[in-house]
Amino acid sequence: MSAFAQALRRLPLTVSRPFPASPAAATGGHAVIERARPLPLVLDGVVKEFAGRRVLDGIDLRIPAGQFVAVVGRSGGGKSTLMRLIVGLDRPTAGRVLVDSRPVSGLRPDVRLLFQDPRLLPWQRVAGNVGIARGPGWRERALAALDDVGLAGRGDDWPAVLSGGQRQRVALARALVSNPGLLLLDEPFGALDALTRQEMHGLLRRIRDEHGFGAILITHDVAEAVALADRVLVLREGRVALDLDIGRPGERPDALAADFETRILKEV
Amino acid sequence: MASRGTANPALRRVAERLAPWLLPLTVLAVWELAAGVGWLSARVLPAPSDIALAFWTTLLDGSLPHHVAVSAGRAAQGLLIGGGLGFALGFLNGALKPAETLLDSTLQMLRNVPHLAIIPMVILWFGIGEEAKIFLVSIGVLFPIYLNTFHGIRSVDRGLVEMGRVYGLGTAALYARVILPGALPSILLGLRYALGIMWLTLIVAETISASSGIGYMTMNAREFLQTDLVLLGIIVYALLGKLADTATRWLERRALAWNPSFHTALESAT
Ligand SMILES: Nc1ncnc2c1ncn2[C@@H]1O[C@H](COP(=O)(O)OP(=O)(O)OP(=O)(O)O)[C@@H](O)[C@H]1O
Ligand SMILES: [Mg+2]
Repeated sequence: MSAFAQALRRLPLTVSRPFPASPAAATGGHAVIERARPLPLVLDGVVKEFAGRRVLDGIDLRIPAGQFVAVVGRSGGGKSTLMRLIVGLDRPTAGRVLVDSRPVSGLRPDVRLLFQDPRLLPWQRVAGNVGIARGPGWRERALAALDDVGLAGRGDDWPAVLSGGQRQRVALARALVSNPGLLLLDEPFGALDALTRQEMHGLLRRIRDEHGFGAILITHDVAEAVALADRVLVLREGRVALDLDIGRPGERPDALAADFETRILKEV
Repeated sequence: MASRGTANPALRRVAERLAPWLLPLTVLAVWELAAGVGWLSARVLPAPSDIALAFWTTLLDGSLPHHVAVSAGRAAQGLLIGGGLGFALGFLNGALKPAETLLDSTLQMLRNVPHLAIIPMVILWFGIGEEAKIFLVSIGVLFPIYLNTFHGIRSVDRGLVEMGRVYGLGTAALYARVILPGALPSILLGLRYALGIMWLTLIVAETISASSGIGYMTMNAREFLQTDLVLLGIIVYALLGKLADTATRWLERRALAWNPSFHTALESAT
């Protein structure tokens, strides 16, 4: 870790944020959605090889429960691969991934992944997509989650009639419905226009603050990383090249944000 | 055209509606006339009015409904057996790689045998009983449904399947909610193709050997030089084919209502 980051860790602005004491107040009146139990994540010397080619080369990370981490890095740097390991779609070649202090052994309902494309089922209506896993009371939960992402009343539409931003909102609602403790976002806003991105940033931050889950956001956009995350990682050549605590967005002066951006850009 | 500016637009619309019918109606009228004055021998081509009469009499004496019911029954049984088998094989090979390795190349080889070429064998095996016809129809519809089911399942978006797994779907739910609906457009296409083959096979099989059914009716009429009945049989086959095609189109529109291209089709159809 760089000396700069270590110095920052000692600054008061990086003190980890306590969660709001009252869960009821934080849900913003949506009775159906409970607050998540945020999950800590630990990566221990994680290596991933494809046909002998090393994509992840010994990643060590400790991400406390509820932290918002952004991961930036060049295309092909192994960011998506890392996400697939954390969510349990793939196994590391060596090393360990621990979610909530237990090794990842497969998919679990409280860890959710938002893909770069919304991946909605075109033959299911919006509510049916959000409540894809069904189970008792799924429709009420799906409609509440849609309400939460600003799509109240669109539950009976076909995905085909929605705009790109709305489809990504549906995908977010689908992830929220199972009340995740850790939400992984693999460049979910990459295909959206600048204005819609801004909207989605606001939405994501509000929802994160309401639900309190931990989040790991992959992005190509350094400004996006600094605007949303508490901590930024730069992944380069399969290693963590920079690990920077930047404090809560909105609680730091603009000049400092600009300073972070140049620092991160230098490492990417 | 000098009259274009003054023509009544309502009249023009009616004329445009009628224009496509002009040629068929003229042909029918000329045909009727030619038969009536004796230019056209009834042995070559009976008058349209004779065909209408044949329709009416066979309808009243119950023979036409009987033969149609027998043919439709054979078609349905063959479709059910062959289509069911084709779907099951396509599903199995699409879902399980080992099944594909084991079965697909054999099926591809069998597919290259024209199923009508085995009619002599089929008659040897089954005689001219019902089984022969149903067997032939089954074989005919099996392959288009097999191929399209297999292809449909294989070409379901991998991203959607992965999403289904991440969002906690078990194998059964994954097939019910992601894979089969994704394969449905292809399966329905196979069904439509199979229906065409179904009627064609039935016509051939019934014409060669049968003691009931529309094909039998036409062959029997041929022996007694009842050309009006022969033509009636041909028209009934055409109508049955059209009916089956319309039914599948309707099914497609209902089952694929989520597809934007079918939205517009639905709206323009209503
Ligand atoms: N299943 C796989 N088999 C073989 N190679 C793979 C597989 N998945 C990923 N890779 C390789 O691993 C490397 C990293 O891929 P990954 O998708 O993780 O990159 P990324 O950082 O997400 O890139 P991008 O920003 O473009 O999404 C790439 O070179 C890719 O070709
Ligand atoms: Mg990626």
